[in-house]
Amino acid sequence: MSRLLPFFGFMLLAGLFGFGIWWNTQHDPREVPSPLINKPAPAFNLPRLDDPTQTVSKASLLGKPYLLNVFASWCIACAEEHPTLMAEGSQLGILLLGYDYKDAPDDAKNWLREHGNPYGEVITDRSGRTAIDFGVYGAPESFLIDAKGVIRYKHIGPLTPEVIAKKLQPAIAALKKETP
Amino acid sequence: MTPELGQLALILALLLALAQGVLPLIGAWRGNRALMAVARPAAAGQAVFVAMAFGILVWAFLHFDFSVQYVAANSNLELPWYYRIAAVWGAHEGSLLLWILILNVWTVALAAFSQKLPEVFASRVLAVMGLVAVGFLLFTLLTSDPFGRLLPMPGDGADLNPVLQDPGMTFHPPVLYMGYVGFSVAFAFSIAGLLGGEMEQAWVRWARPWTNMAWGFLTCGIVAGSWWAYAELGWGGWWFWDPVENASFMPWLVGLALIHAQAITEKRGSLRAWTILLSIFAFSLSLLGTFLVRSGVLTSVHAFASDPRRGVFILAFLTIVVGGSLLLYALRAPKVVGGKPFQVLSRETAMLIGNLMFAVAAAMVLLGTLFPLLADALNLGKISVGPPYFGLLFPLLMLPVVLLMPFGPFLRWNKGDPAVLKQVLLRAGIAAVACAIVAAFFVNGQLKAIAGVATLVWLGAGVLLYMIKRWREAPAGRRYPAEMAGMLLAHLGMGVFVAGVLLSNSLSVTRDVRMAPGQTQHIGGYDFRFDGAQRTTGPNWRADQGLITVTRDGESVAVMKPQKRTYPRGQVQTESAVDAGFTRDLYVALGEPMDANNIEGAWSMRLYYKPFIRWIWGGGLLMMLGGFTAAADKRFRIKRSAVDAPTEKLILQENNA
Repeated sequence: MSRLLPFFGFMLLAGLFGFGIWWNTQHDPREVPSPLINKPAPAFNLPRLDDPTQTVSKASLLGKPYLLNVFASWCIACAEEHPTLMAEGSQLGILLLGYDYKDAPDDAKNWLREHGNPYGEVITDRSGRTAIDFGVYGAPESFLIDAKGVIRYKHIGPLTPEVIAKKLQPAIAALKKETP
Repeated sequence: MTPELGQLALILALLLALAQGVLPLIGAWRGNRALMAVARPAAAGQAVFVAMAFGILVWAFLHFDFSVQYVAANSNLELPWYYRIAAVWGAHEGSLLLWILILNVWTVALAAFSQKLPEVFASRVLAVMGLVAVGFLLFTLLTSDPFGRLLPMPGDGADLNPVLQDPGMTFHPPVLYMGYVGFSVAFAFSIAGLLGGEMEQAWVRWARPWTNMAWGFLTCGIVAGSWWAYAELGWGGWWFWDPVENASFMPWLVGLALIHAQAITEKRGSLRAWTILLSIFAFSLSLLGTFLVRSGVLTSVHAFASDPRRGVFILAFLTIVVGGSLLLYALRAPKVVGGKPFQVLSRETAMLIGNLMFAVAAAMVLLGTLFPLLADALNLGKISVGPPYFGLLFPLLMLPVVLLMPFGPFLRWNKGDPAVLKQVLLRAGIAAVACAIVAAFFVNGQLKAIAGVATLVWLGAGVLLYMIKRWREAPAGRRYPAEMAGMLLAHLGMGVFVAGVLLSNSLSVTRDVRMAPGQTQHIGGYDFRFDGAQRTTGPNWRADQGLITVTRDGESVAVMKPQKRTYPRGQVQTESAVDAGFTRDLYVALGEPMDANNIEGAWSMRLYYKPFIRWIWGGGLLMMLGGFTAAADKRFRIKRSAVDAPTEKLILQENNA
C-alpha cells in the first residue's frame, strides 16, 4: 500500500494543475486588481503633444469624465488597438485623452498622422514618471476617470470592441447616472 | 515548400518513434529478436528526421523566410546571424524542437553505447526513450507547429526578445536541455528494470554515468542561466527563485540525490526502490518544469506565450508518463529487501541524510513554486512566496549536508570508524575556526561572510585530508580513480559555491546615484568617475553609452561602458558593464538621463561592488566538472564478459512486512 503513496501524491498534484488550467481560462492571470480603483487619480500636469507650451492637468479636467488611454508610437499592441479607437472612440460620449508614454513627440505626431487621431487631446509623458504614479505596466492601458477625478475602471492591454461593449460602456453608463 | 518538408520530417519522426516505442517492447515481452532489433534503426531514423526538421528551421531563419510564422515572429532583417540561430530556440515552438533534437542525441548515444547490454534490457530502454519522443513529437505537431505559414508574407519580421540577444542565451537553453532530457536515460533504465523485473545491481551501474553526465549538463545550464540573469537583467542578482529557475533547480536537487542513491544501490545493493523512485522523480520534475513554463499555469518573468490547449496536452502527457510510471513502481518495485545491512555510523547513513535533505529541499521548492496556484485554489488571493521563504528554508536544509560532507568519504560502507571521524572533525574543525577568526578581522565581523569562509575551509579541508589519506594509503596509479576524483571536485565546488554566495551576499555594496560628467563615487575602495555619455550603434540597436573610469588609489583599474540600448521595435534594454575579477566584480548599470533631451548631462545609475561573486559560478562549474569526471570512470565501461558471466546474485530476503 505504501508503494502507492507516490502515485496518489502525484494524482493530487495533477488535480491541482488541472484546476490551475481551468482557473486561468476563467481569469486573466495578468489582471491584478488595481489598488487605484475608486481612489483619486494621481495629480498630473503634462504638456500637450501639439503645443508643448500648453499643459493639461488633473485639475483642468475636473467636472467631466474622461478616458485616459496610454499609448506610444513604439508600441505594437497600440497599433492593434488603434483601429478600434478610431471606430468607436467618438461614440464613447466622453473625452478620449491620449497619453503618449515614453515617446519622442515627433514619432508620436507622425504615428498619429499615419494612423489617424482618435483623441480629443493628447498629452505627453516623455520620462514616464507620471505613469509610475498611475501604476502603468506598459502600453496600452486605459483609465476611466470620473468628474471628481476618481479612477473608476482600468483596462490593461488593447481595448477591443468586446471589452468596450461589455465593460467600458456599462462603466461609462454608470457614471452618467451618477452625475446627470 | 521547404518548411512543409520540415513538417513532413516531423511526422515521419513520429512514426519511427512509435515503432521504436512499441515494437521492441512487444519483442522483449514475447522474446522476439526481430522485433527487438527494430529499436536501434528506428532510433537512428527518428534522429535523422528530427535533425532534418531542425536544420530546415535554422535554414529558414538564416534565409529570412518570413513566410514561416515562427521566423517572422522572432527575427528580422537586422538581426545578426548568430542571434538568428539562437532565435530558433527563442520562443516556445522552436525550443520544443530543440528539446526533441536533444532527446534524440541522447537516444542515439544510448543506442551506440548499449551494444553490449543484454538485448532484452537494451531494447526496453530504447523503447521507453521512443515513447517519450512520441509524446513530445505529438505535442509539437498538434499544438506547437514551428513551420506554420503566414500569409501574406510580411516584408520584415518582428524581433527576438532583446533580453535574449546575449551570448549567454545562445548556449544556455541547449545545455540546460541536455541536462533536463538527460534524466530521461536514468528514467528509461528504471522503467526497463521495473518492466523486466531485473533485480541485478548491474543496471544501476550502467545508468550511473548517464545520470552523472545529465546532472553535469544541468549544472552547467543553470550556471549559464544564472550568469545570464546577472549580466543581462541589470539587477546585479544571480538567482531570483523565479518559477522557471525553480523548474530547473528541482530536477537538479533530485538528480543530486539520485547520483548518491545510485552509488549506494550499485555498491551495496540497498535502497533499490528509492533509487528507482528518484529516477522517476528526476525526469518527472524535468517534465513538470516544461509544463510549468509552457502551460501558463504560473506567471513568470520567462514569459512564453501560454495557450490553454498546450497546458491540457502537457498535463495529459504528464499524467500518463508520471502516473503510469508511479503505478508501475507500485506494482513492480522490488518487493524484496536486498543489499547488505549497515550500521548507524556508516557511509550509507550519511548519504541517506544527504538524500533526505535534497529530496525535502526539492519538495520545499516545489511547494513554494506552486504556492500561488494553491492560494488561487483556496481563494486566498494573489500571493506568491518569494526569496524570504526560500532564503530561510533552503539554507536550513543544506546546513546538515554541509556539516556532514567532509565525513562522507572517510566513512566506510557498513560501519564507520569513530576514531577516524574524530580526527577529521578535529583537523577540519580547527582549520575552519582558525580561518574564520582571521577572516573576521577582514570583513568587519559580518557573520554571513565569516560563515562563508568557515564553510569553504571546512569542506576544502575535508577534501584535502581525504586526498592526503589516499596518497599515503593507496598504491600509485590507483590513488584517485575518476569516480572519486569527480566526487572530490564536486564537494570542493560546493564549498566554493557556498563561500561565493555568503561572501558576495554580505559584503556587496550597491549604490543608486545621480552622476554628472566628471563626478566621482567611492565604493568598496574603488573610485568610479563618470566621463559622460554618448550615442553609439550596434548591428541592430542604437544606444546611449556611459563611460566610467574606475581607479584604485590613483591607478587605473577598468574602463566601463554600460549601455541603454534601443532595438528597432522600440524595446529598451539595459546592458550592464561588468569588470570581472577573481576576488570581486565591479558592475555598472545605466539608468535614465536626468534630462531626457540632454544625454550628455547627468545620469542616474547603479553602481555595485560585488566581492567573490564569481565563486558562485566557479563552484557550479567545479560541480559540473565533478559530474563529468565521475562519469568517465573505467568501472562504468560495460564489458561483454561481465554481462555474460552469471551476474552476481544478491542474497535476497522475502519481505514479509
